[in-house]
Amino acid sequence: MLVTAGLFAAMFVAGGVRYEGFATGQIVLNVFIDNGFLLVVAVGLTFVILTGGIDLSVGAVVALSTMVSASLLQAGWPWWAVIALVLAMGVVLGGGMGAIIHFFGIQPFIVTLAGMFLARGLCYTIGTDSIPITDPAFTAFAQTRIDLFADLWISPSVLIAVAVVLVAAYVLHYTRFGRAVYATGGSEQSALLMGLPVARTKITVYTVSGLCSALGGVLLAFYMLSGYGLHAVGMELDAIAAVVIGGTLLTGGSGYLLGTVLGVLVLGLIQTVISFEGTLSSWWTKIFIGALLLVFILLQRLMSRRGA
Amino acid sequence: MTASTPVLTMTGISKQFPGVKALDGVDFRLLPGEVHALMGENGAGKSTLIKVLTGVHDIDEGRIELDGARVAFTGPLAAQQAGISTVYQEVNLCTNLSVAENIFIGREPRDRWGRIRWKEVRRRAAGILARLDLDIDVTASLSAYSLAVQQLVAIARAIDVQAKVLILDEPTSSLDAGEVQQLFRVMRRLKDDGIAILFVSHFLDQIYEISDRMTILRNGRLVGEYLTKELPQVELVAKMIGQELAELERLHGTAKVFDRPLVEARELGRAGAIEPFTLTIHEGEVVGLAGLLGSGRTEIARLLFGADHASTGEIAIGGTPQPLRTPRAAMSHKIAFCSENRRSEGLIPDLTVRENLVLALQAARGWTRPLPRSRQDELVSRYVAALNIRPADPDQLIRNLSGGNQQKVLLARWLILEPRLLILDEPTRGIDVGAKAEIQRLVAELSGGGMAVLFISAELEEVLRLSHRVAVLRDRRLVAELDNDDRLTTESLMETIAGGGHPA
Ligand SMILES: Nc1ncnc2c1ncn2[C@@H]1O[C@H](COP(=O)(O)OP(=O)(O)OP(=O)(O)O)[C@@H](O)[C@H]1O
Ligand SMILES: [Mg+2]
Repeated sequence: MLVTAGLFAAMFVAGGVRYEGFATGQIVLNVFIDNGFLLVVAVGLTFVILTGGIDLSVGAVVALSTMVSASLLQAGWPWWAVIALVLAMGVVLGGGMGAIIHFFGIQPFIVTLAGMFLARGLCYTIGTDSIPITDPAFTAFAQTRIDLFADLWISPSVLIAVAVVLVAAYVLHYTRFGRAVYATGGSEQSALLMGLPVARTKITVYTVSGLCSALGGVLLAFYMLSGYGLHAVGMELDAIAAVVIGGTLLTGGSGYLLGTVLGVLVLGLIQTVISFEGTLSSWWTKIFIGALLLVFILLQRLMSRRGA
Repeated sequence: MTASTPVLTMTGISKQFPGVKALDGVDFRLLPGEVHALMGENGAGKSTLIKVLTGVHDIDEGRIELDGARVAFTGPLAAQQAGISTVYQEVNLCTNLSVAENIFIGREPRDRWGRIRWKEVRRRAAGILARLDLDIDVTASLSAYSLAVQQLVAIARAIDVQAKVLILDEPTSSLDAGEVQQLFRVMRRLKDDGIAILFVSHFLDQIYEISDRMTILRNGRLVGEYLTKELPQVELVAKMIGQELAELERLHGTAKVFDRPLVEARELGRAGAIEPFTLTIHEGEVVGLAGLLGSGRTEIARLLFGADHASTGEIAIGGTPQPLRTPRAAMSHKIAFCSENRRSEGLIPDLTVRENLVLALQAARGWTRPLPRSRQDELVSRYVAALNIRPADPDQLIRNLSGGNQQKVLLARWLILEPRLLILDEPTRGIDVGAKAEIQRLVAELSGGGMAVLFISAELEEVLRLSHRVAVLRDRRLVAELDNDDRLTTESLMETIAGGGHPA
């Protein structure tokens, strides 16, 4: 995680040296503004990965959430009912996958892959085209700027994302559920014999992930002001990358939420750098992320070897 | 004591695993304020009885009563809530968490809003460990500590709960004498508080020291319940194994003269782990390593096997210096190391007995030259018989074997390699008396055939029975090398270990 923080600082400074107008506070805030939804999704995913699981369905659930929101708003539902329904849907989807994973002892990879196809498929049963959102509450939300000091501003989505991070960090470090998440990731067998509620923990982490994905979907709907089955394609991979770059072990049991935040920031900053560069195609983002991921996984490997 | 009513009665308990009847109509009772030993060979069904009781496994037949009411626990959590606190045989903790957390997880002190009070957790954890005479940093991750410390932490976790029944399944297998005494003090105090304690151990001396009563199992059946003071040790062993055990003779009476040095460590050392030492192991010689826990026994073994890098000195094999930088290099010189940490460093639970047995041999041959099936069968059946591995079914999954039988498989894996130097780190831990004697005999036989053995054990009797020479370690320093002649006794060895300064 220190490495991630260092990397972030280094990238920021290097960017500042190279490009005019890069090293401003607003750049950092923009990263938050443009990636608030990713942050929320990555937070949920952190819970799952900490138990040693994986959730591939997050991107699809995000897309489904934008789609459901847009179509229901179009049908004239009030905005608060839409949001409540979407969040409930995320909970049900996540909890369902968690229950299947636990009770049938199936690999999370398989179950959430099925969940991913299911959610994407559902998007297209609602509609194959992008549905615009015109609801005044949503547009207000999308356009509001919250001014901070000295010309800096953020969007309401950033506030929500930050709140999610704070709540999640509290849960992970100060509640029994959070500690059971770490224990389950350390050794499920031991956690069981120590008398921890492993079943409940596992199902809950997928539920949390489902909820976070749905919330991420709502934030994306604010950001895009549309619902579309092709939103957030491949986002599960960005989220996994952010979590891993943030220092959480894919095998579970070790990692911090702050790391995930830094991971998302690093990813966002790469995008920013590439857009500042101007001449590079946006695919360079993927290449950088891929290289970084590799480096970080190697680093983790080396460190855990030295620890042993 | 006989007058009081049992807190726990189990009647007619049966448990069938695929292919094995682990328990067959077993009765068991536990009185308040007693230490009750559950005895039996490896695979007799002790751990299964405990797991059935605490809801890890379902029972097929029989009933369990706690305080007169019938119970059937759905899992360890439910058993814990009903006042049964258990330390299972394999140390079951999460090494990624801190020591304090391992003691308290699942029942951390919380404030009114459900927030964990970390300060309190740490303070109380240190307090409980102090009762076991353990002074370590409770905020450090558990993985930083040895198996013995981990075992103590598991015990600390169990004794802190307000329980009616405390179950300890081989809690002393990796503890040294001092730690065992400390545990026994705590157990006696708990006993005086009226707690019923179920205790499993293969160390008969410990059983006679601490237990009031014992129940003996053999092959999943009840042999009987006895008062410890009324059952002499020979009879106990006879009841456990179903026949008399031959008197344990000293396998290597006199120190022989060996003249063909195999492995020489010259001023070998590793900063922070072990001071530079010089030690020669000859062909056909069994060298015992004696010393307290943390005195550097395992460190020496790891250096000789190339698992750690030496910071000073050199190793010579057959007279020529060899840099042993990796275990692979050591293995190519036919050095084998059977580590003390069988669960995390050795067995692959989802492979069969056969596959686990031939693993090292196959690796040594290279994967392109598979071991012919007939050769596998021959080796496997030979070692399954020699070590009395039960069930004697080579296609059984390792994780379904009892703890002691798993240990035997791991040992056999290295024996199969027929190494020139075999390093055995606590090979008989958790192994029953009968099998222990078998293993010792086998080691003696192999060394008679020219194999050198470095034998590490906390049990001094065992070291004395087997070794030609004993190297004594104290505070990470090799302090003496003693020929194992008639003058060397456990007492004099103990003295040297404790710092009596026996001249070499
Ligand atoms: N999960 C399982 N599946 C199949 N067989 C099992 C399983 N667990 C235990 N057994 C078998 O049940 C028998 C009893 O095993 P148990 O672990 O109770 O022995 P034990 O008395 O504790 O021995 P030890 O002293 O070696 O610990 C053994 O034959 C073992 O192979
Ligand atoms: Mg056992």
